[in-house]
Amino acid sequence: MSATLTPAPSAAAPGTAPPPPALALMHVEKRFPGVHALKDVTIEIRPGEVVGLVGENGAGKSTLMKILSGVYQPDSGDILLDGKKTRFVSASDAMSQGIGMVFQEQSLLTNLTVGENIYLGNEKQFTRFGIVDWRALYAAASRQLAKVQIDADPRMRADDLGFAARQMVELAKALTLEENAPGHLVILLDEPTSVLERAEIEILFARVRALRARASFIFVSHRLDEVLELSDRIYVMKDGAVVADLVASEADITQLHHLMVGRSLQAEYYREPLQRPYRDEVVLELDSLRHDSAYRDISFKLHAGEILGIAGVIGSGREELTRTLAGFAPHDGGRLLARGREVKLRTPAEAVDIGVGYVPRERRVEGLVLFLPVAANITLADLGSLTRAGLINTREERRLAESWVERLKVRTPGINTLCLNLSGGNQQKVVLAKWLNAEARILILDHPTRGLDVGAKEEVYELIRAVTAEGVAVILTSDTLEETIGLSHTVLVMRDGAITHRVDASPGQKPRQVDLIGYMV
Amino acid sequence: MTIETSIHPGPAARPATRRRWRIASWAPLIVLVLLCGIITLINPNFLTFGNLVRISQAAMIPLVLGMGATFIILMGSIDLSVEGGLTLSAVILSMLVINGANENAFGLLGVLLVLIVGAGVGFANGVIHVRLKIPSFMVTLGMWFVGVGAANALLGGMAIRINDPLIRGLAIERFLGFPWGVWVALLCLAIALVIQNYTRLGRYIYALGGGEELAALSGIPVGRVRILTFTLAGVFYAVGGVLAAAQLGLGNAQIGTGRLFTTITAVVVGGTALSGGQGSVLQTLVGVLIVVVLSNGMVLMGVPPSVQIGVQGLMIIAAVALSIDRKRMRIVK
Repeated sequence: MSATLTPAPSAAAPGTAPPPPALALMHVEKRFPGVHALKDVTIEIRPGEVVGLVGENGAGKSTLMKILSGVYQPDSGDILLDGKKTRFVSASDAMSQGIGMVFQEQSLLTNLTVGENIYLGNEKQFTRFGIVDWRALYAAASRQLAKVQIDADPRMRADDLGFAARQMVELAKALTLEENAPGHLVILLDEPTSVLERAEIEILFARVRALRARASFIFVSHRLDEVLELSDRIYVMKDGAVVADLVASEADITQLHHLMVGRSLQAEYYREPLQRPYRDEVVLELDSLRHDSAYRDISFKLHAGEILGIAGVIGSGREELTRTLAGFAPHDGGRLLARGREVKLRTPAEAVDIGVGYVPRERRVEGLVLFLPVAANITLADLGSLTRAGLINTREERRLAESWVERLKVRTPGINTLCLNLSGGNQQKVVLAKWLNAEARILILDHPTRGLDVGAKEEVYELIRAVTAEGVAVILTSDTLEETIGLSHTVLVMRDGAITHRVDASPGQKPRQVDLIGYMV
Repeated sequence: MTIETSIHPGPAARPATRRRWRIASWAPLIVLVLLCGIITLINPNFLTFGNLVRISQAAMIPLVLGMGATFIILMGSIDLSVEGGLTLSAVILSMLVINGANENAFGLLGVLLVLIVGAGVGFANGVIHVRLKIPSFMVTLGMWFVGVGAANALLGGMAIRINDPLIRGLAIERFLGFPWGVWVALLCLAIALVIQNYTRLGRYIYALGGGEELAALSGIPVGRVRILTFTLAGVFYAVGGVLAAAQLGLGNAQIGTGRLFTTITAVVVGGTALSGGQGSVLQTLVGVLIVVVLSNGMVLMGVPPSVQIGVQGLMIIAAVALSIDRKRMRIVK
């Protein structure tokens, strides 16, 4: 709870502004098994300042936010609050010290009222002899809602509010801390705009600016234009380290992009020299494919050995398109042809039947059975061919598993090791082995390198090159545009459910990211 | 760009999770051995052949029931219809074989019919659960009472004496000193082991317990696997019903009372996780023996029956408390 009173000598270097920062991290380190998530991170947030935080997925933003909100504790380094050293042992501890949070995945309980949500966990101040004085609570909730200027009845249920209004309620909830916390209030905004419309975003930003007298803000978003618009200062993170500290008014999108990506040997990184021309054989053809609520008029041909990258922001329809091809969301119109034969994929099993292998983004949940050994995971999608008279031929299963482990260089103590004990990159290799073993001819890679560190990513890239060289076709959606461009033969850009651009991405002729962004937004 | 981060799994974290899992799966066996040791020290009669036979007789029905329940729990579901399936099977058996109420004498065919009835009950569980998307907890809770109710209706409040030497022989006739029923239970264990380790169904059950979404993504017909597993469990409960009827020598509506609790306790004490995906039928064997040995030991030590039930209750809570990895769990419902 209480911060130690020893002055932190390293807090303010001579020459910086006299008031101590509202919140500062000094030389923070954080490691997870296999990943060095934060490397010597130092940031500071001055009173009343809005600080933007940008970086690619996996750059360490969310780890940093979790440390600031008390979910994780740093391995080393200090947290300074108003210049005093402190610790956040839990999320509630961080809150009691004045750290508020507004998350992308909203934290309102939709079955409770707005007022109940605002004071959830803090009802004690309205409680007498165990009985909650609801009138007092709702009156107080109204005052909180007034701070963010939203005209909502605190007795409404949260699910009767739109997303934008709920986001305001979250903000109001975070602001209740100023009555309890001793010092300066710092509010973390983690992708708060991802579910909002443009007009709603304007309102949110206006409110945030108006609240600067009450609090400082840390704003995390993958939308660089918004970060530039709202922030005073921007920290850029890459591979777990802060690589730049910019004044927002002097920065631009291209510069941020460059800093976030910042690799000189891009072609090498994505194994471009291994990119071979694809074959003439068409394995999948989409002809004016339509899904009533998500996309329309999607036509393309996928060839054996081709990597087809689909770029687009959330809501562009690309996620739904991959779900259709994986058998989760059947199309409503148009034609889908697998090797010339028209199909409709109603279930994932039907997709598997036409040779589709789906490598999901939630690897640990959807890609692997963590408590089954490596061998059983590899053969899971094709047990039928191992079964004779109802019994699994375990000798053949072991032989197959051994050979895949060797060919894909899966680093595991053995094929009987539970997948739980493998690192992320090796888990991903097991998922790929599963589909290769099932003789999938079309792999749908849904954010295949999410959560992997640089070295593991490179191994996955190498593997993708190797399978396409054998004629497997790949449909790729990725976390970063850079990865999409770097890996693909062809890039399709989607916006609002339609293809807006199609570009060849042969080695040496890769399009630039800025050329594509225009078609995305 | 730094590639200093290793792609190898963190050396510190990996052995910890593995060790934990290894201890968790061996703990029940250690408990069983300790339990036997302690009881023998207090009362050396425990280790006599006669007492071992008694234990095996007490264990045979929970073992058979436990085989069915293990598959269900491995799959991440729960089956409360154990007593329903068992009671209905036992009662129908008593009416089909040579008995004191009618002229039927179907013999082995009767047993086969009863197994089909058990499969039907399980199939109904599975179909309702999968097609109507009702949680297995509710479906099987209902089926429990449907089964017992149907058995009651068939009996009309009576009990039917079984005179068929074939059925009675399961409890009375012995082979190598053990009743035939015990051998039947061991055969069930062997079948369950084969299903678990060497069939697609067994593998798919683990896959479903590990994550249904994922199983579906791998092209596994999730609904069919669920229905099949409930059907299989129903057959095991019917075998349990046959053994119970043989042991009691009659079919009555109370024949299943208390067996659900013993079954679930044995599965859980054996270390099969209620969350699904982890465990095995062999662990259930250990769990059954722990439960049976403990109550046998309490009898030998003269502990009153009322206390014995309480001890079983404590044991199930302790088993779950020991087996779960609290660090990984964030929400408990």
